[in-house]
Amino acid sequence: MVKKTAFEGNIEYWQVLDESGKADKKIEPKLDDAELKRMYEHMMLCRIFDRKAVSLQRQGRMYTYAPLEGQEASQVGAMHALAQDDVVFPTYRDHGAYLVRGAPLDHLFEYWMGYEDGLKMPDGVNVFPLSITVGNHLPMAAGMAWGMKLKKHQKVAMVCFGDGATSEGDFHEAFNFSSVHKTPLVLLCQNNHWAISVPLNKQMASQTVAQKALSYGAWGVQVDGNDVLAVFAAVQEARRRAVSGAGPSLVECLTYRMSMHTTADDPKKYRSESEVEDWKKRDPIARFEAYLSGRKVWTPEYKALVEQSASARVEEAVRNAEGFSAPPDAMFDFVFEKKPWNLLEQRDAFQKGD
Amino acid sequence: MSEKTLIAAINDALRQEMERDASVLVMGEDVGVDGGVFRATDGLHAKFGPNRSIDTPLAESGIVGTAIGLAAYGFRPVAEIQFAGFMYLGLNQLINHAARLRNRSRGQYTCPIVVRAPCSGGIRALEHHSESMEALYIHVPGLKVVVPSTPYDAKGLLVQSIRDPDPVIFFEPSKYYRAFKQEVPDELYAIPLGEGVLRQEGSDVTLVTWGSMVKPSMQAAADSGKSVDVIDLRTLSPWDKKMVLQSVRKTGRLVIAHEAPLTGGFGGEIAATVAQEAMYDLKGPIVRITGYDVPMPLARREDFYIPNPQRIAAAIKKSCES
Repeated sequence: MVKKTAFEGNIEYWQVLDESGKADKKIEPKLDDAELKRMYEHMMLCRIFDRKAVSLQRQGRMYTYAPLEGQEASQVGAMHALAQDDVVFPTYRDHGAYLVRGAPLDHLFEYWMGYEDGLKMPDGVNVFPLSITVGNHLPMAAGMAWGMKLKKHQKVAMVCFGDGATSEGDFHEAFNFSSVHKTPLVLLCQNNHWAISVPLNKQMASQTVAQKALSYGAWGVQVDGNDVLAVFAAVQEARRRAVSGAGPSLVECLTYRMSMHTTADDPKKYRSESEVEDWKKRDPIARFEAYLSGRKVWTPEYKALVEQSASARVEEAVRNAEGFSAPPDAMFDFVFEKKPWNLLEQRDAFQKGD
Repeated sequence: MSEKTLIAAINDALRQEMERDASVLVMGEDVGVDGGVFRATDGLHAKFGPNRSIDTPLAESGIVGTAIGLAAYGFRPVAEIQFAGFMYLGLNQLINHAARLRNRSRGQYTCPIVVRAPCSGGIRALEHHSESMEALYIHVPGLKVVVPSTPYDAKGLLVQSIRDPDPVIFFEPSKYYRAFKQEVPDELYAIPLGEGVLRQEGSDVTLVTWGSMVKPSMQAAADSGKSVDVIDLRTLSPWDKKMVLQSVRKTGRLVIAHEAPLTGGFGGEIAATVAQEAMYDLKGPIVRITGYDVPMPLARREDFYIPNPQRIAAAIKKSCES
């Protein structure tokens, strides 16, 4: 009888900024002040956009919305590690993906106010329409990455998802496809510990999400998802591997959903205040501010200016979105390139009020 | 022109479209080196290589999902699902994503994919290998559904489906893959989607059918002693309403034959449309001859399930009594 180790693997955990905002110089990514400020400004924009959206929903000016609060570092750090012509496949919570990549803010409000039109992005934003269905967009991202490889384009597809999505078959099918065909895919898991009311330990029995990469012969890493520099460094490495032909990588960002799943949900029903309070101390923005302050990049005056400018952009976008209208019969316009007879008949009947 | 089986006509269409358009590729389980379990993609791997004739892992959602991603990146993937009964694993990708991508991105992203699958019974296959579930797909806004019944139509319709800018579900009656040959042009040609064909002209009754039911319907028309307009719809979404109404206005009688189960079958939609738009042209009730509302039986009982020429002929005669 032969008994030997057939496979061995391990998963690293990365943190650049400790909870007080002090950087580990050995792994601190080389970013100049201007880039660091852009990151900070994007994180602030995320938070201000997000709080405004929740407030609009509470006032009855917007429909159900999925807040991102607490996940600013994961989203902004990841997006900053990409090239602009990479394509991102976000979920309903990844407003940060849209904001960093230059989506017009009014489009985002339009979508959440009930118009599909908001998902259409100007050229160059390169964000695929967000996925409402959990995990289903991973195979599409794997397919697009495959297309990038077939066309020999030096770029990647990045797909964003949460811990809950890793239970879906599509996560595994996509990861497997991508690793078999070595497609340039970056899998970004924001492990925010809750899939609506289901905690991580009821979602999976494995110790980390990142270790699932080992099953697909891929590189995986777990990072402090509230540390924007750690997320940036990990995604930069995943991207490097992808464009070099090494195939997909999985970056697990340990973070926390500070708010509700959506505005239709009350998290008090299933999780403790003390857990939320504990995570509040690890706020990604406060930590980055401490770091930037140490680098003499951040001051309270600068913060006030950033807030002011972000709020002004958000308010203007809300005004535009609330002024947006499109005719109801536009619902017939994009089912097919050319309307077949049944759609023409139904549109005509609709227009006549039949 | 040369005599070809339906499977050879499919192979022709794939090969010639791949030659014509470098963005066309075939993908699925065993479609590469093996050439597909029915050999629809035979020779394509040798000719076009592993990047255009792609052996995928065994995962239908993955096949359809990656095809959508490829299509959104400028490819025209033709995905093969080995049997229609295995397509349900990819159904979510078809309904939630392929069918809606153009709509939800307001035209920014499109999904020109074809998903091919053998359908229907009569070949003594295993469970889940003989389904006729076209109605599921017809009901989904954003999908087109095509079911050819002859080698000539299979080639022309597949060519058009590949060129179509939107997702097309292409069902091939497996019973007809090698059952007979027909003259098929060697050159490329396309048959527009949404157009039926009048297989036989008559004046007593209109018989509307498609796919695996076309042969038994023709036999039934001959056996019935009646003069029958036989319409092979070929495309089910969108379907050729004009041709059906025109014929019903002429004959005043309508029989619909499909292999799929009765309840919720596409025959109901045709019957409802005719009742709504040509009620006063009808001389009697519309008759549907279909499979039963039971799971597709295994080999020993499938012939009792699948409508045969006798049942269809009886329906034709019954229809003419009114």
